[in-house]
Amino acid sequence: MSIVIRDLHKAFGTKEVLRGFSVEATEGETLVILGQSGSGKSVTLKHVVGLLEPDQGLVEVDGLEVSTLSREELYDLRRRAGYVFQFAALFDSLTVAENVGMGLRRMKDVGEEERRSRVEECLALVDLDGFGDRMPAELSGGQRKRAGIARAIATRPKYLLYDEPTTGLDPITRAVIDRLINRMKEELGVTGLVITHDMESAFRVADSIAMLYEGTCRFHGTVDEIRDTDDPVVRAFIEGRPELIEEAL
Amino acid sequence: MTRVLLAPFTLLGQGSVRLMSGLGSWGRLVGDSIRALRHLDVWVPLLVGQMRRVGADSVPIALFIAMFTGIVLALQASYTFTGAIPLYFVGVLVGKTMMLELGPVLTGLALSGRVGANISAELGTMRVTEQIDALETLAYPPLAYLVVPRVLAGIVMFPLVTALAIAVGITSGWLTSLALLDMTTHEFVRGLTLFFETFDVWFALIKATSFGFVVTSIGCYFGFHTRGGAEGVGRSTTRAVVVSSMVILVLDAFWAVTLL
Repeated sequence: MSIVIRDLHKAFGTKEVLRGFSVEATEGETLVILGQSGSGKSVTLKHVVGLLEPDQGLVEVDGLEVSTLSREELYDLRRRAGYVFQFAALFDSLTVAENVGMGLRRMKDVGEEERRSRVEECLALVDLDGFGDRMPAELSGGQRKRAGIARAIATRPKYLLYDEPTTGLDPITRAVIDRLINRMKEELGVTGLVITHDMESAFRVADSIAMLYEGTCRFHGTVDEIRDTDDPVVRAFIEGRPELIEEAL
Repeated sequence: MTRVLLAPFTLLGQGSVRLMSGLGSWGRLVGDSIRALRHLDVWVPLLVGQMRRVGADSVPIALFIAMFTGIVLALQASYTFTGAIPLYFVGVLVGKTMMLELGPVLTGLALSGRVGANISAELGTMRVTEQIDALETLAYPPLAYLVVPRVLAGIVMFPLVTALAIAVGITSGWLTSLALLDMTTHEFVRGLTLFFETFDVWFALIKATSFGFVVTSIGCYFGFHTRGGAEGVGRSTTRAVVVSSMVILVLDAFWAVTLL
């Protein structure tokens, strides 16, 4: 197993966000975690790279329990895991190329020349050739997302974690981002963890889908399985029909 | 009724708890930043840029304030001394006041508005837009990248800017004495050197160094702990300026009590 999340609990103050969420992503697959806004999807993703510590339960990446890693071990893990933020989180004061090269600067075995060529290569991979000298403020929403992906893949990670990669984008750009996610899997062989509430996007990129509902895993299966499921909560979500939940209660 | 009577004490208690918790949290940030000094490869390349932003870019405002302070000091001294004290004491007052008090304190307060607010707003925006999380995921220790170079720049540059401000304040006081008070350069310099002690310069620099530390570290603290969106950034920025200004005045009194 590449990424194992077991019995994850997390509360902020009195608000319990995760109440025993468990899911596994196998090597090379793209696992999509669905859930309503505020259901704890981003919180789950942040546990995978140690940005948050679980109150209970564990997260394992490559067999290593994330919350027990030392600072240096955690940095080693993060070099193997690219993180694509919901709003890209590009550094405002740096150019796009400097943003993409940030992670590479922390890799001692990557020299200046190699860094430059890798930055160009990553920008080309996300169709942003020639945008390296621009500032993030000069990019559109879709371009910012793509720059965020370029930054995440620059260190050639084994895992890519996408936090709502298509939220707020127009349908064309969403399709472009989805294609990019599939390309990352096919060309770089990465294991992907995508959190989203965009069903169209989920069906396009997922090898398997899990649904986070009320802090636990409501469903985990393939795309075909989720399409055929009778679970009213899952159906309500994928069909956008909240009345199905009310009927089932 | 009892609740109403106890309300002031309740408020005082809550305020004290908040103050102690804030102090502890700030102390932890400072302690962790000292530990982050070992990441030389992260903060050293950023230090010169921060020294320019914290120091060089603050020179115009600091000198502007110092220039007018020097003018006003000379005129007020002359007004106070007329007929009672020899006029060359204008040099004493301008020199001593600029060095011991107004140079460091006014520069500190001006820079708490300019530098402290800037640091807090920048880090606060980085926090709410997940840029600090992004730094973490790219294996950068955020304290080494964001806090260490800013605080070190403050510690190094505040005394330099203050020294310049003192020089400009004294110069403007001298020029005012020549132009408006019918004093000679000889008289002004006589007053300036009459009670001068090298310790006065050290005193000013020690104060300025401590102000540099508190303004930058408090700016970083509030920026780092920003919550919410634009409103949160605004709140952090205001708090950073207010708290660092208050701490400057407390430190000013502390140094006067301990060193004079």
